[in-house]
Amino acid sequence: MNDGLNPAADNQDTANLPLKPLGKVLAVTSGKGGVGKTFVSANLAAALAKRGHRVLVLDADLGLANLDVVLNLHPKITLHDVFTGKAKLEDAILQAPGGFSVLLAGSGMVEYSRLTSEVRDEFLRIVNSLVPRYDVVLMDTGAGISDVVLFAVSMASEVLMVATPEPTSLTDAYATIKVLVGQQKRQTVRVIVNQTTRPGSGQAITNQLQQVLDRFVVTEPDCPIRLVHLGDIPVDPEVRQAIMRRQLMMQTSPGCPAGQAITQLASVLEKTVIPKPA
Amino acid sequence: MTPHAVLNVSILGVKAAYPPIWRKARHPACATNLRLINGANTHILRRRGRCVFARGPLPDHESSGIKPAVSPPNAPSLIKLQDLQLDDARALLKHDAKNSQQAAGESAADYLQRVIDGLSELSLKDPLTGLGNRRYFRAALDRSIDVVARSGESVLLLLLDIDHFKSINDTHGHLAGDQVLHDIARCLARCVRPMDTIARYGGEEFAVIMPSCRPLCGEAVAERIRQTIAALSIPVSPKISIQATISIGGAYAPEWVRSTADLWVERADLQLYRAKSEGRNRVCMDVHQELSVSAEEKGLLFSHLGMDEPAPTESKSGNTPPDVPGNATKRVNV
Repeated sequence: MNDGLNPAADNQDTANLPLKPLGKVLAVTSGKGGVGKTFVSANLAAALAKRGHRVLVLDADLGLANLDVVLNLHPKITLHDVFTGKAKLEDAILQAPGGFSVLLAGSGMVEYSRLTSEVRDEFLRIVNSLVPRYDVVLMDTGAGISDVVLFAVSMASEVLMVATPEPTSLTDAYATIKVLVGQQKRQTVRVIVNQTTRPGSGQAITNQLQQVLDRFVVTEPDCPIRLVHLGDIPVDPEVRQAIMRRQLMMQTSPGCPAGQAITQLASVLEKTVIPKPA
Repeated sequence: MTPHAVLNVSILGVKAAYPPIWRKARHPACATNLRLINGANTHILRRRGRCVFARGPLPDHESSGIKPAVSPPNAPSLIKLQDLQLDDARALLKHDAKNSQQAAGESAADYLQRVIDGLSELSLKDPLTGLGNRRYFRAALDRSIDVVARSGESVLLLLLDIDHFKSINDTHGHLAGDQVLHDIARCLARCVRPMDTIARYGGEEFAVIMPSCRPLCGEAVAERIRQTIAALSIPVSPKISIQATISIGGAYAPEWVRSTADLWVERADLQLYRAKSEGRNRVCMDVHQELSVSAEEKGLLFSHLGMDEPAPTESKSGNTPPDVPGNATKRVNV
């Protein structure tokens, strides 16, 4: 198992964890909770699946997972059973309505919400064994900047930062980016602005974040932090409806403005990060 | 106590004896000292390993699963002291200058309680220096981690190691080494606040946990400790005094973050290693993760937000940042 891919094998803090991002693993994170991380993860997964990618969404919010709620799934076997050795990884992977796979954390994961070396090793082992089987692994991380979130993000090759145009969300997104730059020497963070009310505001917000980072965050000269605006998801009543009905918006109303925006996000990702499916 | 007593008690509180291990309610030491507040008509019960104070008729413990931890004062004692092997325990307590014999008029249960209290205290103490031992330190550290995750309080951990301690032992003998450990421990205790936890972590290594120590102060505090120790003259014989120095590594528990004690100690230990390898007699601090966002940063961050409003009537305010209410900085809530 320890084939050199395993940065957790050497007993180190996440702060000095050698960053060895795994290809095709995208971390969806936000700092603040309730800005639509899980919504974006699930619908983006459906959009990518529709374009022919084999996609898995990994519920990396070990403490407070709610991907099962969003997807209206009632798994019998979860990541918790894999962690405790009660089930094999294959048995915990479910098919979600949108044509992608999910690995749900399960409520029992609260006990794993602290990052211990066992959790790190097991987490890494799971992600390592998922990577070869899928074109894209989307990690839906928890809110905040906990050790588990930072560790999950450290395994990802790309960071998708979800924010809304609200001061609280921007503050937390900014603080998270600062930590990612300081701790993991991240150079690129891709920004998705959710619930925008006018075209162009996402780009403006990204520029603003970049400006503040440039001014206040000291980076080493050879690795500056660059924010890339990936796209906006406009405020759309269809989103709320889908969430309340516990349906996947990309299935029920893919043509609505938010649905189109997510399709657009998938196509941008395809052009920049993920290779087109064979 | 009738066998049909109804479970009709009001829970007054849950308390354990030793502050360092109060959260580990299952620890046997929790049963100690409880009798001190066992007033009239208040019973101390054990339920699922927890000590519970309750007021009301004592329930039938066969059916309720609740057992009285201390027998009522008037109940005949079932304990016969002469049947117990207490010599070792007595010797330990006597060695620690504690009264180890049963006092006149003291009931067997009270006496045993006193022995257990004394042993529990001993089990957390380092005999040479009188500081807390490693067990005590771990309990305090675990508790601090919980406090930090919950409150965001900044807690500093310092690991201190006496420089070239082996050569002190080799040159002046082990008794002199012990004297150095003892005096440095006492000096340390004088350097810090009463609320701080000091423990002997290992051979010549000490640990200090400092709650409510602001990030800006940490290095200054550690530096003060280093200087005080360096200035200390330790008489090891009538003619010889030793001046020892220490290296200090420090790390703050990450605020608002659920971390582990191990990771925290690792970070401080790494800094101690750095202090040693950079020449000893110095302080190295873990770079505090900047999780707070200043008012200035926020001002710039929010300056464009008016643009996103659907119907802005006023013109954009250019570069002047909007007023930020409340604190100058905001902690990031996890």
